[in-house]
Amino acid sequence: MYDGAKIITGLAVFGAMVTLPAWYGWAGGSHGDAPELAPPAHGEHCVESVEFMRSSHMQLLNQWRDQAIRRGSRSYRSSSGETYKISLTGTCLDCHQAKAEFCDRCHNYMGVQPTCWNCHVEPTGVKP
Amino acid sequence: MNKSRRDFLKKAGMTLLGASGARFVILGIADAEHLPDSGGSGVRRRWAIAIDTEKCASQGDCTACIDACNAEHNIPRIDNPEEEIKWIWKERAKAVFPHQLGNDSPRTLRDREIPVLCNHCENPPCVRVCPTQATWKRDDGIVMMDQHRCIGCRYCIVGCPYGARSFNFRDPRRAIDKLRSDYPTRTRGVVEKCTLCAERLAIGAQPACVEACEATCGAMVFGDLANPDSAIGRLVRTTLTMRRKPELGTEPKVHYKL
Repeated sequence: MYDGAKIITGLAVFGAMVTLPAWYGWAGGSHGDAPELAPPAHGEHCVESVEFMRSSHMQLLNQWRDQAIRRGSRSYRSSSGETYKISLTGTCLDCHQAKAEFCDRCHNYMGVQPTCWNCHVEPTGVKP
Repeated sequence: MNKSRRDFLKKAGMTLLGASGARFVILGIADAEHLPDSGGSGVRRRWAIAIDTEKCASQGDCTACIDACNAEHNIPRIDNPEEEIKWIWKERAKAVFPHQLGNDSPRTLRDREIPVLCNHCENPPCVRVCPTQATWKRDDGIVMMDQHRCIGCRYCIVGCPYGARSFNFRDPRRAIDKLRSDYPTRTRGVVEKCTLCAERLAIGAQPACVEACEATCGAMVFGDLANPDSAIGRLVRTTLTMRRKPELGTEPKVHYKL
């Protein structure tokens, strides 16, 4: 191989540059500027545990959607035995009032674009 | 590999039996996981509406039912008839009952403006043609719409013989006078129609149109046709009511007293 040392050095530098963001995050122990969500002002706890909601709120919302529309049953019994009304704007956003603060910040950070709000209406301006 | 023909046939037969058994098991599981069609409650109901058109016509240009429905369901106001969205609206009796009313029928009857809406048919053609099951018939007879599933193919619009379905050709939100947050709007590219206020029935209320009508002249009666003692059950059994296009066999559940 001609100029083997140069090529290998070049490749190593290129590899290091490309993976730099991953190394940077790993070394710094941070996930960049991940949003920190403040708990809502009122309401003691969410329908399920914080860990569960963080990882699986989308599955829960899909389950709520199917249960309310397809099966016509509009109440949810949580794992702690409490009963909640199935309603995105009525139950979820009753506590998490600001969609921009609560939903959008994480979704923007993760680069996901859920279509919930194409139809569902944010209660801002209608409810105090 | 020294097998007789007899052995081979035996094993082939067993394999076939086993395979068909497995198929039933698989189909059974798939069926159990399928989205159920129930309306929630245990009692089997048959929700229906009866409209006394004479009483309704006596109110002149009253649009209480239409206004209530439009406000309740965030229905956009689009004046272009090619793009308008309507769940309940008024139509000339002659157009509503083209086979029953002819040119020789009483003029007062022919020209009567009567409210029309989704008939929540017993045999809904829209449900048969929907490729995604976005529209389906609940156990209580409501022909329901799941906007999450609608892909906007508009087969149902073609299938409905009553023109009860509207397509959102554009973002409806910009044409809504007063947006309310406790009912979702629709998005561009989906079909919508009357759901008989399934969300109000769930909390024990009457459909918005019927409630508004009761406050004016009470031409509309809502109730459970499966219960012969209900107001609508008695009305339909004791007076002559008509349904739209009965020859199609769709069995509408909106009854009209002409």
